[in-house]
Amino acid sequence: MKLRRDVFQAIADPTRRTIITLVATSAMTPSAIAENFDYSRQTISKHIQILTECEILEQEQKGREIYYHLNPNGMKQIADFIEPFRKLWDNRFNNLEAVMKNYQSNKK
Amino acid sequence: MDQKTKINALEGKQELTITREFDLPVELVYKAYTEAEFVAQWMGTKVIKLENRDHGSYAFETSHEGNVIFKANGTIHKVVPNQEIVRTFEMENMPIGIQLEFLNFEKVTANKSKLTIQIIYKSEKHRAKQLKLPFAYGLNMAHNRLEEILKNLM
Repeated sequence: MKLRRDVFQAIADPTRRTIITLVATSAMTPSAIAENFDYSRQTISKHIQILTECEILEQEQKGREIYYHLNPNGMKQIADFIEPFRKLWDNRFNNLEAVMKNYQSNKK
Repeated sequence: MDQKTKINALEGKQELTITREFDLPVELVYKAYTEAEFVAQWMGTKVIKLENRDHGSYAFETSHEGNVIFKANGTIHKVVPNQEIVRTFEMENMPIGIQLEFLNFEKVTANKSKLTIQIIYKSEKHRAKQLKLPFAYGLNMAHNRLEEILKNLM
């Protein structure tokens, strides 16, 4: 079994981010995606493969062509990843508020 | 519901902004950041040093069961009481690197205030590492919890 790739590694690369932006508007074939870059088809195929393994892109067979479109669940995972960081700070600041409120009421 | 703590991390940037509204006078939020006794309480860390002045420095150390598990330090570049702190922050033995922090303290009303922290990282990758830290930690926690449950079943 192939190890599941890191979704953040996937979006850390600028080429892959451009691919995400391209495919966001409409489903595209690998050659249509590759036309937007100066890189070789193989390079772009590799990026598409990584994005697919991360479940950011999904394949769809239409006749003889394969189309790629965004997987909304994969994208949601990216949006959610900031939440634990926010919670950490929220807890810290709740502590600060509690400590200082306690000090404030003892002072009175 | 409107969240009291907000994080703004635009894609492709090497900085992020944290904002928080407090039901506290601005003086007390500033105090929480500048007096060792309070820092120790809300951060849950030991304050080794906190020189609250221009070109001062600070160091924190957190222990768990007798072992030091977290060390952080930085240089305080500029301090304007109840308004502003500019400082660096570094978690020791972490791949995140040194970050530059601009803390702005604002009075909203007599008993409400707002803190805005702008953090600048060495690169977008360093920022990603910082953001992923609690994410990875959360996953590990879930994993450990699962292991515990499995152990109890056996």
